[in-house]
Amino acid sequence: MALTCRKAFLFAVVLSTASLAIFSGSALAQGELRFCLRSEPKTFDPLKVEDDASGAIRYLTGGVLVRMNRQTQALEPELAKSWTVSKDGRQITFILRGGVSFSDDTPFSAEDVAYTVQQLMDPALHSPTGDAFRSGPGNVETKIISPTQISITFPAPVAGVDRQFDQVAILSAHSPKKEMAVLGPFMVADYKPGATVQLKRNPNYWKTDAQGRKLPYLDSIRLDIQPNHDVEMLRFKRSEIDLINSLDSDYFEKLEATSPQLVHDAGPSLDTEQMWFNEVAKSPLPGYKKTWFRSASFRRAISQAINRDDLARVVYRGHAQAAVGPVSPANKFWFNASLKPEAYSPDAALKALQNDGFRLENGALKDKDGNPVVFSIITNSGNKSRERMVTMIQEDLQKIGIQVNVVTLDFPSLIERMTQTFDYEAILLGLTNVGLDPSEQMNVWLSSSENHQWNPSEKSPETAWEAEIDRLMRAQASTADAKKRKESFDRVQEIAVEQAPFIYLVNRNALSAVAASVQGASPVILVPQTYWNIERLSVK
Amino acid sequence: MSLGVFRLHDGIRSMNFWRTLACVVLLLAVSLSLAANWLAPAGYAKQYRDATDAAPSRQHWLGTDEIGRDRFARVLYGTRISLLLAPAAALLSTLMAALVGGLAGYLGGAWARAAMAVTDLCLSLPWLFLLITVRAVLPLNVTPLVSVLVTFLMLGLLGWTSAARVLCSTAGSLRDSDFVRQARASGIRSARLFWIHVLPNLKPVLYAQFWISIPAFILSEANLGILGLGVAEPMPSWGSLLKELEGLVSVGEEPWKFVPLVLLVVVVTSFQLVLSRQDEAAA
Repeated sequence: MALTCRKAFLFAVVLSTASLAIFSGSALAQGELRFCLRSEPKTFDPLKVEDDASGAIRYLTGGVLVRMNRQTQALEPELAKSWTVSKDGRQITFILRGGVSFSDDTPFSAEDVAYTVQQLMDPALHSPTGDAFRSGPGNVETKIISPTQISITFPAPVAGVDRQFDQVAILSAHSPKKEMAVLGPFMVADYKPGATVQLKRNPNYWKTDAQGRKLPYLDSIRLDIQPNHDVEMLRFKRSEIDLINSLDSDYFEKLEATSPQLVHDAGPSLDTEQMWFNEVAKSPLPGYKKTWFRSASFRRAISQAINRDDLARVVYRGHAQAAVGPVSPANKFWFNASLKPEAYSPDAALKALQNDGFRLENGALKDKDGNPVVFSIITNSGNKSRERMVTMIQEDLQKIGIQVNVVTLDFPSLIERMTQTFDYEAILLGLTNVGLDPSEQMNVWLSSSENHQWNPSEKSPETAWEAEIDRLMRAQASTADAKKRKESFDRVQEIAVEQAPFIYLVNRNALSAVAASVQGASPVILVPQTYWNIERLSVK
Repeated sequence: MSLGVFRLHDGIRSMNFWRTLACVVLLLAVSLSLAANWLAPAGYAKQYRDATDAAPSRQHWLGTDEIGRDRFARVLYGTRISLLLAPAAALLSTLMAALVGGLAGYLGGAWARAAMAVTDLCLSLPWLFLLITVRAVLPLNVTPLVSVLVTFLMLGLLGWTSAARVLCSTAGSLRDSDFVRQARASGIRSARLFWIHVLPNLKPVLYAQFWISIPAFILSEANLGILGLGVAEPMPSWGSLLKELEGLVSVGEEPWKFVPLVLLVVVVTSFQLVLSRQDEAAA
């Protein structure tokens, strides 16, 4: 009897201890999450990130001042409890959260924010993240007002400056572990090049859930480096990994047929697939082809002759939408809703071309000088969706007498032609948009930019509409007034559709797969799709 | 003794059956591919966009591919291209190997050393970069037909090195053989000796190299697509049709996608069966 009582007492002690552990703020550690990185991470330094794999590790380990909620697209406080942006858009002041420590127990303060900003803007570091803050010549100044308050002043207004801090993981100014001391939910525990990156939960992570339990729920994350999508899919089917981001539409279809509860279509993503013609004046193309490609009516006619709905339906199995312009409808605030996708009309396209002096002879289109309209479209080899799109465009344009030669090239060769030799006629590629703000597209739209793909690095705008786009993009970037910025960028989108320097084809849907064992997943269109709420995910 | 002779006759009869079958298969493959214009329900480029990735049906005997092209039509036209051009490329590379390796081995001494040094150099060159350079100098605007001809020509011109080493070694051993020494002692001139005594004995090796090259070139053509050198869309080839098998996840569920692979194996095996008959006849 005494023994029974003692057992009961021990059981009660154990039960109450467990209850205390659960309900008094300790972690609810739950399992290991496994998924694949599609390339080797190039760096663990969050300020040097320029590839997707390093970006994923930054998202999982880095602590940021503010975070854009990937579901609502609204900005939410993180390490900064609040912030204010000056009217001229040049200064931002943060009020920081107190009592927070890095993963190695080093305390977090305004000094760390100042150190991070100085590192970020150091020209010697060449930080891609820092590029977004380089609004004009001059230095960025940081002023530590107190250990929990800091103001940062830029030499010129930075459009959407608060949103840019979503990408800035704060470094420790004093930790001997440097960038390996982190403020995010996880920290790097082990790295085997070419094989895995092992992350474990950060015991000092500051966030708790509504019940007061410490986050994250997961014990660890194993990231397997696996560039082959087929192998990634096989491993998912064998339950060796738990998540797949940016799932190919073919795999989505096949997985949906057997396990519809595992796949998620979050709707159109921010990414666009587009083609463009070479408009570089010094390119080695014959003069008559330059004349075609530099004509807006020629480009618009080609655009009209492409059946975008078929591309979305056939190539992406319906998991894509006909693209409208440079901004996806998924970008709720910045999308110009007055624009509609180009209607498919080979007849209208042919008529427009005939108005420009082209004529159809024995099924072949010829220009006014009798040159047959033949051109090549290059895309990167190995991308099945793009190869199929080009082949479908080839047949679409055949209907109006245009002969398209399909060329697939390895990516380095394609980039060399696109940026160095300009020895190409048309290219079909995609653009991955990570951020929502139009300022992130400055490097594409400014005529002086190297990434102004159809005619890079113009000394001065070669056309009136490019000059107008330059003016509008600079105008939207130099004001903090959201309404004025929207007006300017709406007009940029209209010009882009009228002049068709890019012929936008489709916006792919954000497709993903999540194993049934993963709890709390709610995939979204924005990167990182399936694990945007990583701290609240758990594995059964 | 009589039982042994009987079994031997049975074996020969069985081999003859397989060789005859191989001849029929090859004849059938060639005839079907040449009759593609009449047999195929549509051209190889015709896209049935409302019937993509379809299973076999009365209209599409082998189903359709991802963008709705009739797979049967593409297999027929692809067979025509691969069956014509891969052996042509294999013939070119084998002749070059015979010329370089066979002659060097027969002549021996400094000739053999020099030829093998050149062969080793060619073997050690990073051909991938050379092919990228070739792609860079080729114009982009070439028709699919020109693209396919250039691809197989390059395979033929580049694929001789391994075979040349084998032939050099074989020709070297023949040069020192008793019957060649005897022929030489009888006063037969070198050129005639090579033509009458050495070359016939190199035939089995040459044939083997030729047949080995065919499937290798077909697969190489598929892989060259990543450099923009393969058969350009929309023209089909066995190589491009084999690319459909890359999606390992789905193959088990769609066995008809194996047809190009089965065809490749059957045709190459048939070639080899016919070849062995020719060897025996030559012997």
